[in-house]
Formats: sequence, structure tokens, C-alpha cells
Amino acid sequence: MYQAIVFLPLLGAIIAGLIAIAGAHQRHPGGEPGEHGDDGHAPAEPHALAVAEEDDEDDKHAHSHAPAAVGARPAELITSGFLVISAILSWIAFFSVGFGTEKAARYPILNWFSSGTLSVDWALRVDTLTVVMLVVVTTVSALVHIYSIGYMAHDPYRPRFFAYLSMFTFAMLALVTADNLVQLFFGWEGVGLASYLLIGFWYLRPSANAAAIKAFIVNRIGDFGFALGIFAVFHLFNSVEYETIFANAQTIVAQKLHFLSWDFDALTVVCLLLFMGAMGKSAQFLLHTWLPDAMEGPTPVSALIHAATMVTAGVFMVARLSPLFSLSPVALGFVVFIGATTAFFAATVGLVQNDIKRVIAYSTCSQLGYMFVGLGVGAYQTGMFHLFTHAFFKALLFLGAGSVIHAVSDEQDMRKMGGLRTHIPVTYWMMVIGTLALTGFPLTAGFFSKDAIIEAAYAGTVPFAGYGFVLTVVAALMTSFYSWRLIYMTFHGRPNASPEVMKHVHESPLVMLVPLGVLAAGSIFAGLLFEGTFLGEESADFWSGSLKALDGVLEAMHHAPFWVSALPAIGMAVGWLTAYYFYVRAPEVPRQLAERHDWLYRFLLNKWYFDELYDILFVRSAKWLGRFLWNQGDGWLIDGFGPDGVSAWVIDVTNRVVRLQTGYLYHYAFAMLIGVAALVTYIMFAP
Amino acid sequence: MIVGLSHYLTVAAILFTLGIFGIFINRKNVIVILMSVELILLAVNLNLVAFSSFLGDLVGQVYALVVLTVAAAEAAIGLAIVVAFYRNRGSIAVEDINMMKG
Repeated sequence: MYQAIVFLPLLGAIIAGLIAIAGAHQRHPGGEPGEHGDDGHAPAEPHALAVAEEDDEDDKHAHSHAPAAVGARPAELITSGFLVISAILSWIAFFSVGFGTEKAARYPILNWFSSGTLSVDWALRVDTLTVVMLVVVTTVSALVHIYSIGYMAHDPYRPRFFAYLSMFTFAMLALVTADNLVQLFFGWEGVGLASYLLIGFWYLRPSANAAAIKAFIVNRIGDFGFALGIFAVFHLFNSVEYETIFANAQTIVAQKLHFLSWDFDALTVVCLLLFMGAMGKSAQFLLHTWLPDAMEGPTPVSALIHAATMVTAGVFMVARLSPLFSLSPVALGFVVFIGATTAFFAATVGLVQNDIKRVIAYSTCSQLGYMFVGLGVGAYQTGMFHLFTHAFFKALLFLGAGSVIHAVSDEQDMRKMGGLRTHIPVTYWMMVIGTLALTGFPLTAGFFSKDAIIEAAYAGTVPFAGYGFVLTVVAALMTSFYSWRLIYMTFHGRPNASPEVMKHVHESPLVMLVPLGVLAAGSIFAGLLFEGTFLGEESADFWSGSLKALDGVLEAMHHAPFWVSALPAIGMAVGWLTAYYFYVRAPEVPRQLAERHDWLYRFLLNKWYFDELYDILFVRSAKWLGRFLWNQGDGWLIDGFGPDGVSAWVIDVTNRVVRLQTGYLYHYAFAMLIGVAALVTYIMFAP
Repeated sequence: MIVGLSHYLTVAAILFTLGIFGIFINRKNVIVILMSVELILLAVNLNLVAFSSFLGDLVGQVYALVVLTVAAAEAAIGLAIVVAFYRNRGSIAVEDINMMKG
């Protein structure tokens, strides 16, 4: 069964990929399959089609007439069908492992490779942590697949899109079912690749390409640390299998790692390196810059990758390695610090963004920060619970935003929306449900998980726990403000869109609304239903050893004073009321505030100038270095003294030598005489 | 003053050197080169005869006669070549003769 869960999406991806390749061949008989749509139109391509395609890229589904790829429908149905099967099986697995009698188990598939003492198996490790992730990934992915059938209905390259989506899901499933760090790394890189392909799906747009490259490169920075972490683990444990690592973690507690005449605490170094990977993948502070830019991809992609699954890989990894992290308070403190900073930072930026998807993207960033705070204080269950609930309402918000964008002819700027409530009521209510859950309205999903994290931060004993507590509470207030700001700017007030656009506003088709409904149900009930099992009395039974929390944190969390639990709710209410006042009652106030605190507004609007800072620090310096190596290293050194230099020198010398050959007889005769004289002299004076 | 072998050799050496420099310094005329070659051969002859007398060996004088013969033939052929060259190229100035340049 678990094999089916993991490999059905792969099968779907392969089939859809083959359909895409076949379709590309049909479009460009004799052409390369990869070059459809770009400048190299094959001769058989009628130019009109090319123009239609480019229009289609400009406004994705503005009723263009580009013919869809052949076989788009089968590709959609096959991939979506497989994902639905996979999701159903995942829920069965969730209940049988989490609640039933089935124990954690390991399903070997094959021996991947062995080299010396390094032996890596391909095996599925199934325990509670895995099945929670399986449920999240396959459910959201299946719903996104179904939603995409409607959302991408006008795109001519649907088979390719669905192939990528399924491939991404497979990589994520390989990641969460991994039995060892190398397999985890395979899935880790797989989602990186798939996200690159999906962000750059509309590859005719330069901005999409730039965003895709940015996401890939920023993730590589994190992966560099992650790979080093895996190497260090192998160095310390002589194995990359979880079982061996966890069993022997205690033995290396005080061990030192000697590097360049410094001694580091081995466990802390390993945890920090691995966490660097998590920072990249989960878009944490300093490596977060790719996430908002990744909104260039189609909206379902944003929902799938950048809300519910890929970015949670880092959270999952830290939770998976909880036996390691629990032994290093320094690493945990760092996790809390980064998580809290991200939660706060992303929330402040989210306050002033105007692109509807960017607001949600920063919200994701912020919520991931919450999860890391939960993990960092040692209450891994709270982090995982927030991941679980967050997947529902964030996917709901993204897909709802997609529905809005779909309705207003691909406008993403909220300043040009407004008054959509009566036109698209279903979407409106779905978004409201998502917002309630995100802001932590009592009894919705976010309420339970977010409160749990804040209480855990209050009760936490690791370094920076207090810092985490304060910042998460403040971030909760801001979360509420920007989420309601989004709702009010988009759905309330007077319409700011042009009359033509308003005339076109339409509710999305049923195939898009049904996934929204399912996610909305999850957003409302996931917290209520599962709070007890994830965090309450049954939690020890439920997790059954797949997470190793710090002793006493969960207990202390439940005994947090009432005011601690009330704070986020108060913050939520204050944020909501402020947003209501700012954007419904007195719409001129925000502008006045922005004008009065101009520099602060600009600071936030430009995302704390991180992009500019990185541009100066890394991009420009890298370009400068490249230019230097090109001009000085290649041009001056290699060409000056390397092959080109030698050949130039030879030519130079021979040119001089050629001038010796004058053609005058007496020069030759003189040379002969000198030679004879030298010879004679030598013979006369030779010993 | 007794004229000894070294005097003859000195004269021969001076003649030889004059011949050499006649070839190199001369920038005007191919005929001068031919004359210089004759001068060198004469210097050699002088040496041959001087050593022949000094050593009392007639072979040297016989060899000097052979050299004279060869020099005569050489002068005849050289001048013929110069004439033929002048007919073809219209000049026998040394400056103009650099056809051996690659």
C-alpha cells in the first residue's frame, strides 16, 4: 500500500510527461520536443499559432484560442486520479498507524548503492510522523490537481504542467517516507527541481525565469549546508540510517569535531548544518527571499509548493531528526531565534504588500516561522500540528486567491480589486474561512495550533524561548491585520477595477470550487478534531515515539496561565478591528500613516531591503568576481601566459628570426665566416 | 732585415682580411665581390708558396698552381654569370640582389 502511495504519482508524472512530449512532437514535426513555444518555431508552424501562444502567456486564460495539447484531458484525469487514490490510501494509512494497531514499520524496496561502509537502501519508513506528512501532501496535492483542471483550462501546455505537479508530489513523498538521510536528500533535491520547473512554467516571461532561478539558487545555498550536515553525520555515526543515528545519538553528546584547529561540539554543528538546509527549503529569515518571488508560477503551484508541502520539508526534517536536535540546546535555541525572527519579519512585510499572492506568501513565511518556534522549544508536536492545520488553510487561501485572480482577468494587485463580494460569493466565503483559520479565530484550525505554539514558547526552557514568545504574539496581531486587510481590499468597498473587467467577473467553475470546499472543511475542523490526538492526552500514544520532545515542555505548555492563551486571541481581535477601521471605516487613514512614516513604509514595502542588500553583497560581488576572473584571470593570465601567450610568443620570436634572412649574399657569407672562425677557434683552443 | 716566414704570413693575412671585408663592406657591385674572392685565393696561394719554401716541400707550389687554374676558371664563370644576370635583371648592384629571401 505504501509503495502505491509513493509511486502512483511517479507513474502519473511519467505518463503525463510522455503525453507532453508526444504533443510537443505533434506541434513541431521534426523539431526538438523541448523548444515548443520559444523563438525557434519549426518551419511547419503557422505563425498565427505562435502569436496566439504568446498572447496566452501574457494573460493566462483570457479566452485565447491556442489549441490545447493533444491528450491534455487524459493527462489531467490520469494524474488527478492517481493522486486521489494515493490520498485515500494515505488517509487509511493515517488512521491505521496513528489510531489503529499498526506499528511503525520499514518497507525495504531495494539497495540503492553501497560503497565501503556507506550502504544506502531505498526503503519506506512508515511511522506516525510519516503518515501525517503523507496525508498533508497527498490531500493537498490531489485537491490542487483537481483545481488545476479548472484553473489551467485555457493553458495549451497542460500535460507538461500536470507531469510536473505529479513529479513534485512524488519527490515530496519520497522525502517524507525516507528511511535515511540520502533518500531524504533525493526527495529534497527532487522538490527543488520540480519547484524550479513549476515556477518557471510560463518560461516566456523573463520574470518567471528569474524567479525560478532565484528559488533554485537560494535553495542550493541551504542544500550546501544540508549536504555538509549529512557528511558530518556519516563521519560521526558511520551510517546515514535514521535507526542507527537515533540509537547512537546519546554517545556523541560531548564529542568534539576538530576542524582547522578549532574544536566544535559535534552535535551542535551537525544540527546547525542540517538546519541550514531547512532554512533554505522552508524560506526562513536570511534565505527567505525566493518564496515571495516564487509567486510567478501559476497559482495552484503556489498553493501546492509554497504553502503546504515543499516549504514544510524543512519543518518535517527537523521534526524527523528530533532525537538529534533534542540533545543540542544551542541548536534548538538557534531554531527558535530564526523561527521567531522569520515570523515577525514576514508579518511586518505582509502588512504593506499590495499583490494578493505576495501577502499570502509572506504569511506562509511567517507561519513557517511559527512552526520552527514550536520545534525549537522542543515541542515538536506543536510544530507538526501547525504544519498539519496550516496546510489546509494556506492551500485554501492560495486556491481562493487563484479563484479571485481567475475572476478578475489575472489582476493580482489588490488596489485594483474591491467590491468583489457580491460577484463571487462562494470564493468570498471560502477566503473568509481561510482567513479565520489563519488568524486563529476560536475553534478554527489555526486557533489550536497557533495557541499551542505560543504556549509552548512561553513554557519553553531553551535559549531564546522568551524572545520567541514575544515575537510570535506580536506576529499573531499582525497576521490578523494583514489577512483581514486582504479580505477588505479585495472583497469590500467600491470596485476599483475597470468596467470591462468587472463585467467579466465570474464565479469559478465547480471543479475549482469543490477543492476549496474540502479545504475549507479541513480549515474549520482539523484543529477541533485532531487537537487531542496531536497534543493532548493521547498524543504519546499517537506519536508512539516518532518524535522525541524535550521532557516536560508539553506538560508545562498545558499549564500555561490563562493570559498566555488569551494573548493571541486578543491580538487577533485587535488586528481585525484595526484592519476593519483602516480599510472599511476610514480608508484614508492608511495613506496618511504611510505618508507620515514614509521611511518605515518604504522599508516594509521593500521587504527590509533584503533583495537590494543581497544584490550588493552577493550578486554584484559575484559579478565583479566573475568580471575580474574574466578580465584578469582569463584575459591577462591564461591568454597572456597560457596557450595563447605561448603561441603569441613563438610568433613574435619567429618574426624576429625571419628578419635575419635578408637574402643578401654577403650576410650569408659573413655568417659562414663567423661559423668557420668559431669552429677553428674551438679546435685550436679545445683541450 | 731578413724577410722570414712570418712576414709572408702577415702579408697573406692582410690580403685575406682585405678580401673578407671586400665582400662584406662592399655594397655596390658584384664584380667587387669576385675581385675579393680572387684576393682571398691569392692570400691562400701566398701561404702555400711560403710554407712550401719554408718546409722545402714542392707539393705546396704545385698546389698553388692548381689554385691559380681554378681561380682563372672561377673568374671566367663568375663573370659570365654576372653578365647573364645583368641581362636578366638589368642591374648588378648588390643591394638589388636579395632573391634568396624567403
